[in-house]
This record gives sequence, C-alpha cells and structure tokens, in this order.
Amino acid sequence: MNFLSYLISGISLGSVYALIALGYTMVYGIAKMLNFAHGDVIMIGGFVIFTAVSSMHTSAGVAIVCAIIVCTVLGVSIEKIAYKPLRNAPPLAVLITAIGVSYFLQNVALLIFGSASRNFPDILQLPDWHVADGLTVTGEAILTIAATIVIMIALTTFINHTRIGAAMQAVSEDRGAAQLMGVNVNSTISVTFAIGSALAAVASLLLCSSYPLIGPYTGAMPGIKAFVAAVFGGIGSIPGAMLGGILLGVIENLSKAYISSTLSDAIVFGVLIVVLLVKPTGLLGKAMREKV
Amino acid sequence: MITYAIVAACFVFCAVYNGMPGGSSLIKGLFVPICAYVIMAVSLNLTVGILGELSLGHAGFMCLGAFVGSTFSILTQESLTSVWIRFPLAILIGGLVAGAAGVLIGIPVLRLRGDYLAIVTLAFGEIIKSLVNNIYLVKDVNGLHMALSVEAYNNMELDPLTSEELINGAMGITSAPRDSNYIVGFILIFITLIVILNLVNSRAGRAIMAIRDNRIAAESIGINITKYKLIAFTVSAMFAGMAGVLYGHNLSSLVAVKFDYNLSILVLVFVVLGGIGSMRGSIIAAVILTALPELLRGSFSDYRMLIYAILLIVMMLVNNNETMKMYTERFKGYLHLDGRAKASKTSKASAKEQEVS
Repeated sequence: MNFLSYLISGISLGSVYALIALGYTMVYGIAKMLNFAHGDVIMIGGFVIFTAVSSMHTSAGVAIVCAIIVCTVLGVSIEKIAYKPLRNAPPLAVLITAIGVSYFLQNVALLIFGSASRNFPDILQLPDWHVADGLTVTGEAILTIAATIVIMIALTTFINHTRIGAAMQAVSEDRGAAQLMGVNVNSTISVTFAIGSALAAVASLLLCSSYPLIGPYTGAMPGIKAFVAAVFGGIGSIPGAMLGGILLGVIENLSKAYISSTLSDAIVFGVLIVVLLVKPTGLLGKAMREKV
Repeated sequence: MITYAIVAACFVFCAVYNGMPGGSSLIKGLFVPICAYVIMAVSLNLTVGILGELSLGHAGFMCLGAFVGSTFSILTQESLTSVWIRFPLAILIGGLVAGAAGVLIGIPVLRLRGDYLAIVTLAFGEIIKSLVNNIYLVKDVNGLHMALSVEAYNNMELDPLTSEELINGAMGITSAPRDSNYIVGFILIFITLIVILNLVNSRAGRAIMAIRDNRIAAESIGINITKYKLIAFTVSAMFAGMAGVLYGHNLSSLVAVKFDYNLSILVLVFVVLGGIGSMRGSIIAAVILTALPELLRGSFSDYRMLIYAILLIVMMLVNNNETMKMYTERFKGYLHLDGRAKASKTSKASAKEQEVS
C-alpha cells in the first residue's frame, strides 16, 4: 500500500516536472537554446499568486490568470531582450546569458521578498480521496495529473493541427528554409516562449499546492530537475518531456522513500548520467546527424 | 610576462599590508579567499576558454579537494607538526584526488557536447555536494569508520572513549587546523599560472584550442579529441581541488553546502567578465569582484548579486551581438586603436611608387 501511495505522489511530482520540461523542450527544439531562466519564471509565477492571494486578497481564479499573464509577458520580454540579439552567437554565449537571466530573476525576487521561504496559501482546497485502507490520494495530486494530461493533449493537437504549430515544427527543423517559405521566425519563437511561460505559471500553481513553500530559490531545483527530465526523455520531443518528467518524479520519490531522502538528488542526477551515456539523445530523442 | 608581474605586484602589496601595524583585519582576511578564487577562475578558464566547454560543476572539485585536504590535515596533525610540510602535502593530495575525480568524471562526460555537457557537469557538481554532505567519518582507537547515512552512523560500533568525529554529515568538518596563509596562496597562484600558461602555449594547448575552434577539422587531422579534452579537464579539476584545500583551511567550519551551484556560477562570472580565454583577465576579475563588495559594504551589498547578473548579461550581449560588435569596431577605428592610420600611410606610399614606376 505504501508503495502505491509513493508511486502516486511520484507521478504527481513527475507531472509537475513534465509541465516544466515541456517549456524547456519546446524552447530547445525551436530556438535551439537552453532557457536556464525557466525555473525562475516559475518562481515568479508562484510569487505573483502568493502576492495576489495574501496581500491583495483576490480570488484564486483571478490570481491564476494574473500569474499566467505575468509569466507570459516575462517570458516574451526575456526572449526579446536577452536571447534575440544572440540568435547567431555561439551556444556558449547564449548559455551564459541564460544563466545570467536566471540569476537576475532570483536576485530580484530576493530583493523584493527577502530570503525566507513563505508559506504558500492553500487556495485550491481540494478534498482528499480515500481509495482504500491506508491509501489516500491528495486532491492536489489528482488535479496535477489530470491537468498535465489535458495540457499534453491540447499541446499535441495545437502543434499538429494549427498553422502556428506547423510553423513551430518548420522553424525547429530548418530555420532558414522556414524563413524562405514565409514563416515569421521571430513571432514563432515568441509564441514558443509565451506558451512555455504560460505552462510554467500553471506548473508553479501545481508545484506550490503540493509543496507549499515559496522563496527566491524555489524555482531553481525544480528547474534543474525538469531540465534533467527533458534531457532524459529526449530534448526536442514533447512526448519525451512528458515521459522523462514522470519517470524522474517516480524515481525521485521512490528513492526518497526507500533509499535515503538526502541522497535522492544524487540518485536522480546519477540516473541522468547513466541514461546519457547509454543513449546520448535521451529516451525518445532523435539522433542529430552532423553535416560537415 | 605581464601576468606574472601583476601577481608579483599583488604579492608585494599583501606582504607590505600584512606587515603594516594599522591594517584592517577585514582586508587581511580577504587575502586567502582571493587567492583561492583566482586559482579557481584560472582553472575554470582553462575549461571554458581554452577547451571551449561550459563546466557548471567546478565547485564540486573544490569541495572534494577541501574535504580531502582538511581530513588529511586533521589526521596528520600530531605526526607532521610543521605547517610547512603538512599544508603543501594537503594541497598536493587534495589536488590529486580532485584530478582523479576529474578523470573519472571526464571519461564518460566529455563525449557529450555543449548543452548536454553543461547539464551533466552541473549534475556531477550536485552529486558530489550531496555525497559529501552525507559522509560521516569518525576516528577512534580502532581506526577510521565511515558511514554514508544517519542510520549507518548510529549503528557504527565506536569506542566511546577515543572516538573523534572528523566529518559530521551536514555539519562538515569543524576541527581542521587553519593553516592557510597568503604566502602559500601566492606560491600556489604562481605554480598554477606557470603550469596553465605553459600548457596553453604548448603543442597540447594548441591541440586543445583546435578542438575548441573546430572539432571536426581537428579530428580529421588526427588530434585525439578524448585525450586532449581529458588533459584540459583534469588539469582544470586538479587546480580547482588545490584551490579548495587553500579555501577550506581558512575556515573554522567547512560544510559541503557552501560548494553548490551558486559558487560554480560565481567563478563562471569571474571568467566571463575577465574575458573568456584570457588568464590575466580572470585574475583581475576575481580580485576585483571579490574585494569590491567587501570594501563597498553598505548600501550596495544588497544589490551586489543583482549587479553581477546584469553585468553578466550585458557583457555577453556586447561581446556577441553583431550590431554591438560593429559599433565597437567603428569606435575603435575612430580612436585609431586598430592601427589603421599607419597602415594606410604605408599603403598610399607604396601605391604612389607603383604608379610612378
């Protein structure tokens, strides 16, 4: 029974990682860059909800909508200011800039909110579901898993059946050819960042409902782990991000429960390294052939 | 040459300041950390600037070196009483262990490239920190006992009279002798510079830079990519370990959580702001960026990290954006910094000669 409950909370944690990993993988597939600042956009989304509910006493729905709007605007502005001028720069430079943006967001939050972690208000207030004797599934876990499935289906439909989705696929395959075909590369990349950041806002709500602490560094670890999940599943592949996220959440939770709670981080990263050595492009990734 | 001169000048400054009767202890306390950060920055510049691969786990090597070196110092506290024998040995052992870790980590990891390498080095840095955070090392009359978790620690059979804790899990090492002084620090900086600058200017260094510039072309001329990548990575790790020993012996309590992702990013900021690939630049950046916040303690201290982050972004944008590069080239031309005036005179003269003849 305990195993099942650990498994389910692992799947729920994994779904949050999957949502964040979706943002990483979309940006990597289309703009070919690692957006290290993604985890911190999540933290900002969490803080927006926190401020809206605690200080301004808005209802939960308004807070969530605010967070989605703020995160989307933030994501698109980061792209315009920091990443667009470096579109033709060497990848090392873009990576370092992304780290700089992440650091910047963390320190802005540190300055505004202080370094202490605050308690995230329980705005969802979902009932627990007592499945059987000793097995209780929290309402947040169910909501997380359901929301992730819905978002996955919506995103896959969007990518495969709309014009903008086709544009995103074209830009990710060959940016120059897509531009020649009349695709507006700038606005496609902006839409990608916007969708990724909106998903980050939803992920922050689900993350903070399950683990109700928020501080300037709350986004960093889930961001790194979600990136690990995206690489694990094959970066650039949306089903890969989902699979990688859930697997990672399950592995982390089970190792916290059965091996050691302090060594769980080391085990999670160790799994990543093993997978990258065996299959360098991740579980569902496509092998990139280099043309000389 | 200029680099060595700068370091020698700093050494003279430190010696004079130390001897001065009225010197501030705040500044004196900064000498050893600055030495450690300079060595870290130079070693990271070897990986990021010369090899061209972003390594985000450098703090992990520092952590390994610091803990191994401090453990060695504690264990030999009675047998090797002279600091001048014990401390250099500790540095050597810490460096060798970190170098060995660099080889172990490098062999599987250096196959990956670019973004994957960054993430895997980040992962290794976190793994090292996590593992060291969980080590319990106790010495008693029966020898050394090591445990990797609290449960195993509680199950260890220790002689209660003579047991002495060396590494206490998350609380780290608290009884390391404080052996660091700036003389050893500067000697270490000199050794680091000699090794790394000579490595860069040697055949191996040129091979490493060839790998950075165009891996496929380098492979096609017969440069063994794995071997040279490993050389760069291991040397870099070894010096990071030595810097860790230096840093660790300066603190009264050494905990593993200090050597986290943020420390790796801090050293990366030193390298980037000093100029990727320029050893002199990373030395200057490390000194200024460590000393300045301490000296400017006051209204700026809150904004320090924010300013670093903005500086990092602005530096990268200025250096890599084509429009900015065009403006800076034009600016340099207006100031005749690119030697264009002289060149045009000689070319005009030679053109006239050719017309006449």
